[in-house]
Parts: sequence; structure tokens; C-alpha cells
Amino acid sequence: MAVQSTIRAIGHQIVNTVWRIGVAARFFFLTLLYSGNSFRRFHLIIKELFSSGVMSLIIIIVAGLFVGMVLGLQGYETLKRYGSESALGVMVALGLVRELGPVMAALLFASRAGSAMTAEIGLMKATEQISAMEMMAVNPIARIVAPRFWAGVISMPLLAALFSAVGIFGGYLVGVVQIGVDEGSFWSQMQAAVDFREDIMNGAIKSLVFGVVVTVIALFEGFDAPPTAEGVSGATTRTVVTSSLAILMLDFVLTAIMFRGA
Amino acid sequence: MSQPALVEIRDLNFTYDKRPVLQGINMTFPKGKLVAIMGLSGCGKTTLLRHIGGALKPTKGYVKMDGQVMHDLDRQGLYAMRRKMGMLFQFGALFTDMSVYDNVAFQMREHTDLSEDLIHSLVMMKLHAVGLRGAQDMMPSELSGGMARRVALARTVALDPMLIMYDEPFAGLDPISLTVIGDLIRRLNDALGATSIIVTHDIQESLKIVDYVYFMAGGVIRAEGTPDELRASKNDFVRQFVHGEMDGPVPFHYPGADYHQDLNLRT
Repeated sequence: MAVQSTIRAIGHQIVNTVWRIGVAARFFFLTLLYSGNSFRRFHLIIKELFSSGVMSLIIIIVAGLFVGMVLGLQGYETLKRYGSESALGVMVALGLVRELGPVMAALLFASRAGSAMTAEIGLMKATEQISAMEMMAVNPIARIVAPRFWAGVISMPLLAALFSAVGIFGGYLVGVVQIGVDEGSFWSQMQAAVDFREDIMNGAIKSLVFGVVVTVIALFEGFDAPPTAEGVSGATTRTVVTSSLAILMLDFVLTAIMFRGA
Repeated sequence: MSQPALVEIRDLNFTYDKRPVLQGINMTFPKGKLVAIMGLSGCGKTTLLRHIGGALKPTKGYVKMDGQVMHDLDRQGLYAMRRKMGMLFQFGALFTDMSVYDNVAFQMREHTDLSEDLIHSLVMMKLHAVGLRGAQDMMPSELSGGMARRVALARTVALDPMLIMYDEPFAGLDPISLTVIGDLIRRLNDALGATSIIVTHDIQESLKIVDYVYFMAGGVIRAEGTPDELRASKNDFVRQFVHGEMDGPVPFHYPGADYHQDLNLRT
């Protein structure tokens, strides 16, 4: 009997998950469908760009700086063994632009802006603000969800680019200023080795995909949250956990497609 | 009750999760009148309101507003109908990321092409009507419960609706705010020539202002009449409700096992 009920529980869980993914996909399409209004009234997106993008700047800059500094230190230690410290700039830049920039910025964005979106929309639902909007004949997906979605999609690549830039500066501080790697080779090798299309564009595509995924998860969890205190807190946790896992898994998939054998 | 009806409910039934929530409801809301739907918590009042707003589809029967059956409307038709309605939610449901001014201006900006100058004048008039012109720059978090309810009221009547619905407008208010809100509901209804439906369990406050009352319990209408008729009613249920008696047709004890059995007493 125990085996039976375990199998049943697992089956139930799987059906539930697939069902939720379906609902989330439908939510995503509705968001795209009702996006027109957000672009006609761009100030709605600007307002959300401030709360999700601008408000994430501090955490992105500080984290980027430290990640870059660690990369500078670790990279120097490793490269020194092969006598190629001059390639430090390349290592730091490629690591950041291809991987750490998009991934770390997306993880930070999920926990800073994503959780805030979920909590805000969940509370709007709990306090009947969304029902009130429906009763005023205003579509909440068009008015609340779509501007936040586009703000997330626009700010994510910009934040990732900023993370990489600040990270490279962090690597420079540790590698060149503190340890004394030759400044000329640090920058010139970086300039020669980092390809705009292969590296920078691929990194930007990654962060764009992460931006879409994180924002959709955050908005869907908020919109779908049970209208209670536990419901909202559970949804906020799920946003951070689900988007972090989605970012890391998608990163592997995207990397495999973009850089396979290149 | 001789005026033509704005809202008609005929044989409305609603079942949720195989549990009947509303059964055979017949109600009429004549134009210009203030009608209360009263009953205990969980008797289906809010569900009924959601049917009138077109948010739920009945299992059987219909709600007709202004000649149209609500659940037959498509999304566009429903939204067009909702523009003629205003609803005040239990705790106001003000948009917390907007100031008082922007809350009241919300529908004007969403649904009309009025200039900001005109919107400003209209918002000031609505806020003046509820006595809160001076609070226009405050955020909802800075308002007291009574003030928030008044702002929500100003927002509800922003586009001069034909039908105003109130979901527990008196819940959690101090005695002064209670009188103010009650008075505003009556005055706004008459000034706008609107029709109002109040869902409430605050009997004393609502009997002072309404024209007609429906009493609900367990998803059915148990009694109806004008406030005077109800005060004089001999109906056990109405008497218990109007006078707030502890025991009567609505028992004090929730149905459970035998008391002696629960105490493990040998009989």
C-alpha cells in the first residue's frame, strides 16, 4: 500500500508540475498579447525600469566588483604556473562576458527584483487590488504584468553588461594595480581575444533569455499566489528557487549550443 | 418598488466543489434605490456580488443588468458593462503604489481621453465629495481605515456609475467613520441617480439608510422587506439577526458529536 501511495503521490506531483508549466506558458502568451498598451504608454515601463533595474544597480555593481577581484586573484595564481600572467585580462574578460556576467547578474536579479515583483503582485492580489482593477474594466495583465515584464527584459542585459564591465575593472584592480601584471598586455590581449559576436553577443543573448525567464517566473508566481500571508511568502520563495535553477540549467543548454567545439 | 429594475436576478444557482452556495435566488434592484443584502458571514453574499459583477458564471439562472444577461457577455461586452459599474471592496483595495489623487484619477486615465486639467478638476470634485481634498498627495499606507474607505468610495464613483456595489462597507470602522460612510453612500446614490447594492452584516447602520433589504442564510433568501417591515417582523430568523440574539434559528453551537461523548463521560 505504501508503494502504491508513493507512486500515486509522485504521479500527482508530475501532473501538477506539467499543469503549472502549461498555465505559466498561457500566462506568458497573454502577457505578450496584451503588451501593446505598455508601449503606447511607455511611462508605465519607465516606472518599472526604475524599481527593477535602477534599484538593482547597487547589488550588481558591488557583486560584480568582488567577483572580478576574485577572478583576478585566482586567475593570476593559475596562469602564473604556466608563465602566462599576461593573459589575465583575457581570462577575466571571457569568464565574465560569456558566463559569470549573465549568470550572476540573473541570479542577483532574481533574488532582488524577481522576489520583489512576486511579493508586490501577490500582495496586490491578497488586498483585492487585482479584483478591483478587473471590476474597473482594466485588464490586470495589460496594466500590471506587461510593463513589469518588459522592464525586466530590458534591464537584465543592461545589468549583465554592467556586471561584466565592473568585474573587468575589479580584475584590473587586483591584477594590474595590486599584483603588478603588465597593464599594456592586460588590455591589449583582452581586446585581441574577445570577439564581439562570439563572446559579447552570445553573452547578451544569454542574459536576454534569463531576463525573460526570471521575469515570467516572478510575475506568474505573484499572479498565481494564494491570497494569504503564507501564499505570498511561499510564492516569493518559489520565485527565487525556480528561477535560480532555471538560470543554471538554461545556462548549460545555451552554452552547449553557442560554444560547442568553438 | 415600482421603478423599472436595473438589475434582475432570476432563479440563480451556484455550486462550487459540489457544494451549493446559492440556491434559487430571485432579487430585483429598481433604479435609484439603495438595496441591502444581509446575512451571516459565509452565507453567499459576496458570491452573489461577484455574479452581478460578471466575475462568476451561475450554474443555473441568470443576472440581468440593464437588459443584458451578464454571463452571456464576452470579455469586451463584460468590460463595457463594468464601465457602468463601481465596486467598493471590503478594505478599499486602493492601489498601494499610487497616491490618493492617482487612485481616483485611475479610471479616468484608463478609459477616457480627458485632458489632465479636466481630470484634475474631476478628481478634486470627487475628493471634495468625500471630504478628502486635502489628502490628495498622501499614499494609501498613510491613511486611516476610514479615510481609505472614503478615498475608495471617491474612486468607485469616479466615472459616475449607474450601479454601485459595496462589499461590507462598514467592516472595521470606528463609530464616526461608520456614520460618515453610511451617509455618503446614501447621498452619493441620490446625487448620481445611481442604484446601489450593499452587502453587509451591519444591521443597525444599514437599516438607517437603505430602501429595501434581502436577508440571506445558507445560500437562500430567508426574508425580505423594507427596513420598517423587518424591524416589526415576527420571523424568528429576522428577529435573531436584527436583535443580535445568541441562539435561535442560527444555533450557537456548531454541529458536532454528542457533548457527553466528547468529554468521555459514561452515561
